[in-house]
Amino acid sequence: MEIVRSSGSSIQTPEQFRAQGLKAREMLRGELTDAEMEDYVRSRILTTTLDKATAWARGNSLFPATFGLACCAIEMMSIVGARLDIARFGFEAFRASPRQADMLILSGRVSIKMAPVVRRIYDQMLEPKFAIAMGACSSSMGVFNNYAIVPADKFMPIDVHVPGCPPRPEALMYGILKLRSMVQEDPAMGWRERYNAVGTEEVVPAPGTPGETPQAESAVNVFPGEAIQRA
Amino acid sequence: MPDAAALAVLSQDLLATGGVLATRHEHGKARLDVEPAAVVDTLAALKAQGFRSLMSVHGLDYYPEEPRLGVQYELLDMTARDRITVATRVTIADPHVPSVTPAWPTAEHQEREIFDMFGVIFDGHPDLRRILMPDDYEGHPQRRDFPIGGEPVLFTHNEKDVPGWIE
Amino acid sequence: MTDLPTTPPEDDATPAAAATATAAPSKSAYRQMEESITMAPLAQQAMENVHDELLTLNFGPHHPATHGVLRLLVSLDGEIVRDLKPVIGYVHTGIEKTAEQKQYWKAIPVIERMDYVSYFFNAYAFCGATETLLECEVPKRAQYLRVIHLELNRIMSHLVWLGTSALDLGAMSVWWYCFRERETLLDLFEMSTGQRMHTRYFQVGGVIEDIPRGFETKVRQFLKAQREGVKTYGDLLNRNEIALQRLRNVGIVDEQRLLDLGVTGPLLRATGNPWDLRKAMPYCSYEDFDFKIPVGTLGDNYDRYACRLAEIKESCDIVEQALDALPEGPHITDDRKIALPPRHELATSMEALIHHFKLVTEGMRVPAGEVYFPIESPRGEMGVFIRSDGSSKPARVHMRDPSFVNLQATADMCRDSLIADMIATLAMMDPILGGVDR
Repeated sequence: MEIVRSSGSSIQTPEQFRAQGLKAREMLRGELTDAEMEDYVRSRILTTTLDKATAWARGNSLFPATFGLACCAIEMMSIVGARLDIARFGFEAFRASPRQADMLILSGRVSIKMAPVVRRIYDQMLEPKFAIAMGACSSSMGVFNNYAIVPADKFMPIDVHVPGCPPRPEALMYGILKLRSMVQEDPAMGWRERYNAVGTEEVVPAPGTPGETPQAESAVNVFPGEAIQRA
Repeated sequence: MPDAAALAVLSQDLLATGGVLATRHEHGKARLDVEPAAVVDTLAALKAQGFRSLMSVHGLDYYPEEPRLGVQYELLDMTARDRITVATRVTIADPHVPSVTPAWPTAEHQEREIFDMFGVIFDGHPDLRRILMPDDYEGHPQRRDFPIGGEPVLFTHNEKDVPGWIE
Repeated sequence: MTDLPTTPPEDDATPAAAATATAAPSKSAYRQMEESITMAPLAQQAMENVHDELLTLNFGPHHPATHGVLRLLVSLDGEIVRDLKPVIGYVHTGIEKTAEQKQYWKAIPVIERMDYVSYFFNAYAFCGATETLLECEVPKRAQYLRVIHLELNRIMSHLVWLGTSALDLGAMSVWWYCFRERETLLDLFEMSTGQRMHTRYFQVGGVIEDIPRGFETKVRQFLKAQREGVKTYGDLLNRNEIALQRLRNVGIVDEQRLLDLGVTGPLLRATGNPWDLRKAMPYCSYEDFDFKIPVGTLGDNYDRYACRLAEIKESCDIVEQALDALPEGPHITDDRKIALPPRHELATSMEALIHHFKLVTEGMRVPAGEVYFPIESPRGEMGVFIRSDGSSKPARVHMRDPSFVNLQATADMCRDSLIADMIATLAMMDPILGGVDR
């Protein structure tokens, strides 16, 4: 199955991102000419109605994946509760399977044993997918700065970091709504464009290639042949 | 808690079995220091005295004093509502302690944790492997000379040195 | 429930055929063929290859029903669990080693984040151990305030447990109600301590601040609502057909095996053993309060559920008694070498200033020694072992977490039961993986 990716943005390298930032500064200072201004506006906002409608729909129906790791998970459960009802925004459908989810709320400390598991789950999610690092431990190292914890930025792209230990449910709500406005208005801004982080899917290496993990005798690779990109 | 007199009586019985190095009574609690080889017998003798529950097995690192690694057993007598500690110490060069898991099944995970964190090898443990760290981790993290690790805290003076910093 | 298909009688076809033969004159070939088919060959097959192939299935660490990042390697025989191995370490945070790097009072927030639902208990065990080493006297008012917060935290932990367990069984309404009550509790914590979770309220020598005005009224309102709530949960679940079928006679392990495995807490009390450290070896003024210890009879999942539900009500009683009898006095010890002096003294007294400075920069010096301080947390015996080498930082902190030890009983509880029973048993065991992995 072929995956056709719409190259919505032309930002591919950090230099281009920097150039865009400088252009934004010029725009704010009023130094752009008419033609440049028009180009800038066109590159920055979604002009087609269909794009806008899709973005609106996507933003209003984010399915979070149930990914509670530690204390922040208890506060994440609180926003599903009746006081800070996340269902009024349409996000109450927590999906257990990552294939059905499009938002990963990484709530809790990520230990070095858990990091590959998180990455695998993130890879199994389908595009477009978003990640929120909830709490201090997943955003940075948090309260614990030691051998056992990995900040989430080290192994997966995060869109929104919500600080707090644990963040109040209102704070997490603010972070989720910020993500929603990002999805609805300008998906091109932020972390993922800057680090060219789109397209993180799980790729099963073909048997015999160096990337393949050794498997037991009795295990069967159900994906024979060349490495395929699974959507 | 057995008071000092009861502790003396207790240790008299145990001294007969051998292996008891010292007895201590601090903070209202009795404590027996034993040699590693005598651990299983001491715990069995205490079980016969009524301390039938092993509540905790934990390890510690006495760096820089030698012998460095210590293992302590916390016993509880539910009928008499008493506690007693049994402590032993081993060196890093020869970190072998006989496992008490066959007689006290509760020690299984706890001894694995001590092995994982300190490197004490429990002879006779049914399944001695790492429990908290990944299986292929090198080193024993809770030893006192193992570095704490972690990420450097970013300030403006060192943020440019972080790999991936984009000017 | 877990019976293998038994061999039906071999000759069930013949009597029927004989009966119909006498009733109807002739039977079509189809009818004869239909009646000649019995379950005998299948039963024979079932008897012969007696399930000698076990399927190893991996549950988790990312799984909605494993209550945290617990990984279970389950050997299955059809749908029956034959063996179970828990793999833990997926949320190992190195709390014990981090605590060695921090001064005693700075380590309290780190220790609190271990068993992340019962944070007051973690903090109290640590503070209690430090106070034992320091031989520090905790004022009576501080002890009562500690008891109030500990028991409120016990209620909160049991509410989280009840909500998530009922959710696992499918009873979603209970989840909403429990979390609604929990929000009120967290408001109470925020009122007295300033933070909903991980409050750093317990300090060495007492509590950091006295309770504000209006706290007592709000707590009493909450207790009244909570007693109604306990009745509601009981009405919803106690005689619920589905709850009974899923919990009754499921996951039974006998008392001696649990004692051998070191299991304490509601799991042990469900078998009938009334071991509770609050009554057996009281600490922190628990001997002043009059409360009962709920015990079960069978030791199955239903008894564990019933024990915890009853414990919520008992905790409400304890909090009420503590509020009624709350003595006046300081909320933290007067020893300036341990607790910070009140701020108004800093302007007038030089000693207070120096004490404040030393405590904040260097921390309190704890005399060398080793102590193990156990308390009764919602999951069982939580003990903190501290070794001090005389400096202001602990040389070794070990938390004997109840869930870590209780998890060893999972295999015994789930053996020879169905997968669905395993899920229910895990829920009733109430493991908190933060404590298991530390």
